[in-house]
Amino acid sequence: MNNPPIPRPSPEGCLAAAGPLIALRGITKAFPNVLANDKVDLDIYPGEVHALLGENGAGKSTLVKVLYGFYRADSGEVHFLGQRVQLRSPLDARGLGIGMVFQDFTLIPAMSVVENIALFLPRLSAVLDKRQIVKRIEEVSERYNLQVHPWAPVWQLSIGEKQKVEILKLLLADARLLILDEPTRVLAPHEVEALFQVFAKLRGDGYAIIFITHKLPEVLACADRITVMRRGRVAGALLRSEATESSLVALMFGATPPAEVSRRGGPPPLAAPPLLELRGVYTRGQGMATSLAGIDLLIRAGEIVGVAGVSGNGQRELGDVILGLERCARGRRFLMGEDATGWSVARVRARGVAFIPEEPLLMATVPLMKVQENMALGETKRYELGHGFAVDWGSVRRDMEQAFQMLGLEAPPFHVPVRALSGGNLQRLVLARELARNPKLIVALYPTRGLDVPSVMAVRRLLLEARNAGRGVLLISEDLEELFSLSDRLVVLYRGRLVGQFKPEETTINEVGHLMVGAGGPHGHEQGR
Amino acid sequence: MGMSRVAELAPRLLRRGRGLTAALARVVITAALALVAFGLVLLIIGRNPARAYVDIFRYALGSYYGFSEVLVRMIPLLFTAVAAALPFKLGLINIGGEGQLYLGAWLTSWAALTFPGLPQAVLLPLMMLMGFLGGGLWAAVAGALRAKGWVNETISTLLLNYVAPLIVNYYIFGPWRSAEAASYPQSAAFVPAARLPTFGNTRVHLGLVLALVVLALFWLFMARTRWGLEMRAIGGNPEAARRVGINLFRYILIVFFIAGGVAGLAGMAEVSAIYGRLPQNLSPAYGFIGFLVSWLAGGNALGIVIMSFLFAIITSGGLILQLTQRVPYAAVNILLALVLFIVLAQPVRTQKRGGG
Amino acid sequence: MSLALLVGVLSGSISYGVPLLYATLGEVLVERAGIINLGLEGVLLIGASVGFGVTFETGSPALGVLAAALAGALFNMVFGFLVVSRGASQPASGLIMMFLGMGLSTLIGNPYVGKQIAGLSKFQIPGAAGLPWASATLFNYDLLVYLAFPLAALVWWLLYHTRWGLSLRAVGESPTAAFAAGRRPALLKYQALFLGGLIAGIGGAHLSVGLTMTWNQGMTAGRGFIAIALVIFSKWHPLRAIVGAVLFGGAVTLQLQMQAHGTMISPFLLDMIPYLLTLAVLLLWGGARRFAAPAGLGKPFRGTE
Repeated sequence: MNNPPIPRPSPEGCLAAAGPLIALRGITKAFPNVLANDKVDLDIYPGEVHALLGENGAGKSTLVKVLYGFYRADSGEVHFLGQRVQLRSPLDARGLGIGMVFQDFTLIPAMSVVENIALFLPRLSAVLDKRQIVKRIEEVSERYNLQVHPWAPVWQLSIGEKQKVEILKLLLADARLLILDEPTRVLAPHEVEALFQVFAKLRGDGYAIIFITHKLPEVLACADRITVMRRGRVAGALLRSEATESSLVALMFGATPPAEVSRRGGPPPLAAPPLLELRGVYTRGQGMATSLAGIDLLIRAGEIVGVAGVSGNGQRELGDVILGLERCARGRRFLMGEDATGWSVARVRARGVAFIPEEPLLMATVPLMKVQENMALGETKRYELGHGFAVDWGSVRRDMEQAFQMLGLEAPPFHVPVRALSGGNLQRLVLARELARNPKLIVALYPTRGLDVPSVMAVRRLLLEARNAGRGVLLISEDLEELFSLSDRLVVLYRGRLVGQFKPEETTINEVGHLMVGAGGPHGHEQGR
Repeated sequence: MGMSRVAELAPRLLRRGRGLTAALARVVITAALALVAFGLVLLIIGRNPARAYVDIFRYALGSYYGFSEVLVRMIPLLFTAVAAALPFKLGLINIGGEGQLYLGAWLTSWAALTFPGLPQAVLLPLMMLMGFLGGGLWAAVAGALRAKGWVNETISTLLLNYVAPLIVNYYIFGPWRSAEAASYPQSAAFVPAARLPTFGNTRVHLGLVLALVVLALFWLFMARTRWGLEMRAIGGNPEAARRVGINLFRYILIVFFIAGGVAGLAGMAEVSAIYGRLPQNLSPAYGFIGFLVSWLAGGNALGIVIMSFLFAIITSGGLILQLTQRVPYAAVNILLALVLFIVLAQPVRTQKRGGG
Repeated sequence: MSLALLVGVLSGSISYGVPLLYATLGEVLVERAGIINLGLEGVLLIGASVGFGVTFETGSPALGVLAAALAGALFNMVFGFLVVSRGASQPASGLIMMFLGMGLSTLIGNPYVGKQIAGLSKFQIPGAAGLPWASATLFNYDLLVYLAFPLAALVWWLLYHTRWGLSLRAVGESPTAAFAAGRRPALLKYQALFLGGLIAGIGGAHLSVGLTMTWNQGMTAGRGFIAIALVIFSKWHPLRAIVGAVLFGGAVTLQLQMQAHGTMISPFLLDMIPYLLTLAVLLLWGGARRFAAPAGLGKPFRGTE
């Protein structure tokens, strides 16, 4: 609106000549267990679209949240137009014209578009003049092709429209630097294209844009400059003209050292009985969830099937549909050769499916209950005495000790509330609980995430032992090194579809990495449908 | 002067609570603070608080009859507290104890009035069953609506509270209206076989034993059985409970049915033992007080006994105030509210689950 | 139905509906800020008793209503301390306020049991008398009746056309989003409680000072809870609250009139209607109900950390 004029360099060439709008220097931010940002430098120039690329957990979100004042960096400096500034809260950032669209939007569904935008306006009159605000919205939305119905309640909008509202909100609140955290994650392809056109228009007017992504085609389609992050550090910063798919993939995933634990003992016999089979399974997504589309998957006894993919591409849904928590909207699910499409969670588990969800504290355990109680929850029926009128805690503890022995670990104290356990111990407890049930099929989502190296090795060894003992394992992970060293077969999940199926020894990390980020790859074995 | 010091100190003492002595200390300090505050109210309206308290305690704890009356009042509170505590374990709220009590009383009365010829050994269990069914089915309506995810259980149980007494009124003003006292709407008197036996020459009745048995069962059930374990899992983390295969729908429905049934037993005990007929206004908000008792006790069985006893003393105290100090009975609600207020006003960061 | 009956029902539904309307409007404001106040019954009782007492002592109904409004607002501040500052459970805190209101109003009103006051004077809207179908009872009300309907419009205007109302609704929907937009959720919640208490207090006073001209212990007879049901019935909207309150007042009057005319439907069955209707409405809304109730209703807000 009435921004002061911003120096507007041409997209390339003279970038270095004009000073950066924002310069981050040596930003370091640690959370318990993780160093999310490790001495990160970042320059943002006016009139550029800057892509922040990296795997999940590479530290991209943390970095932009520091820039937005949402987190405070442990050390490092932020310079705005050459001057050092303190960003203590989002309010400070907004004062400098920095605006951010979060992954999960902050819109209020019950209120209309104009109300949502009005709430955010810096100088709002005491008596609302909605017509005048609508006029301003229409001016801006026309200019940047961000048309939305201003009087519509937000809950009626599509996700793409909600994003438009978020961007309008920032523009009307005089933001000059727009940060978008994975803006394309939930958009349909045509919406992505429209968004990039908006970016182009905004750039032309001197706005700076940072957007986070892990999809290469997007980066190459619309970014002026690209910063690649890996494990909390900047792995490389390059101009669009210098970047190629291969160079970016190499920066994102790095050179991988050979794995310590790996699959030995030959492939499973082909005639091994199928444990799980999904045939053309679709799910109906709710809200922002990815829905599965036409999943065909077969797991036989004695094999580990690895699912590669960036999380958020349907991993949780895949796990839930196997567990019976999510319905198959279409398609069928078979367990141990039986049609199990309509089975309840309890029935699926009773037939020998073990489940290790992605967030042990939120999805697998009851934080305020004791260790042994959580252990018993794995299969309460097995531990009941007198038809349920008592619980056989002795055998719970015995099983638990045995399971931990199998893991080569010491069992945690039985009477401590689970909340008090560390992340590693919690994950071990869930593993021990699920393995104690002597399952035929193990579905594990990110089982080594957040664990220290010895625990990681123990978990991997365990999965291999389960495989060698004739169990089937579905291993969903983001860690390509892990997937390559453990899997007998490897599939890639992208936007709710399986986009490739490999034997690990016949492919490369590079190829799978390409498929994970939607880059097509040199010779992706697309599965039908 | 001295009081402000106490007010300053008490919250800190209350927070530190661990173990039984600390819990008892909490109760005593809370009660003391409430008594001081209520004393001020009495002073303002020109009564002598010291005299009032002496009267109350001499009656409630120092006299055989008074103490027995405290126990009589405690019985429905025990039932209705369990009725609130059960769904609370699932993280759900049942403030419908009042309505469930009324419907329990209604079906109980139906059995008593319809089968007056049955022997006591058959009639009383039948009445208990009907009381349980009445309250249970009433609560199951709210339970089903919640289990299906259609209507929030707080709202539905609240609304049903106001329908239940109207059903009772319909019958005692209409088909069941007793001819003997035409100006007074109530049902005909039950036959002696339909009356719960009382102890000695007091009004304390078998309902006390029944209530304590229910409470003990509740405690055993929650602490010992597989179902209690699964219920606590649902209350503690519904997401995890679903993933280990616990059927939330079935639990919500059944738990609401049982909870309502227990509240229905309170109604059964009241009409069978205290009134011997279905009267109008049969409960002075026992359902609501029971909810607060359970809330204060955090769903803990021993806590429910202590808090029910405390609240029974307070409500009995209301009668004494009325008799000796000529203060209207309802004024005792202030004392009741003050006790709760002091507990709720604790600046505790981690409130018990299921509260809001 | 005779004209006399019709006029009687109409005028009765307004008389009965107005105190309910005040109570409902007060609760709408509070619930819009994300707080469910089950202690509304207590607020009404406080309003009724204080209103009557002050009117009796001063002889001025206006002063009585004013005092009742302030008392209602102060009473809600106590509730606010529990649920806003302490983040205590709203249902439990609400029930406490109900008991506190029952007790305090009994003490406040005790000296006035059996006393009579002149109360608010009734008058006809100038010009209404000339209308052909107007009768002596219709269009002959006290000032509070005439003010109730514009008040609903005022509350509507406040909620939907001012910055304050926008912020308040945002706080009720999502305190986090409101906080992110630079609002102070706790302050706004207190403001809503104050204003809501003010309005509900007037409603309580209207019962004793406008309608019965006497004080009886527990005279609100569950109207606080009916109002809570009406808030849901009117989907948290102040203008629809008019419809709900008048319809409910009409149901009560109709039932009284029918009894007077010897119709044999039990009043108790009729009394159930608003509750059952509210439940039915809640059920019927189905999917849309998510967006009818303020999304943050009943949840304490303890900051973003």
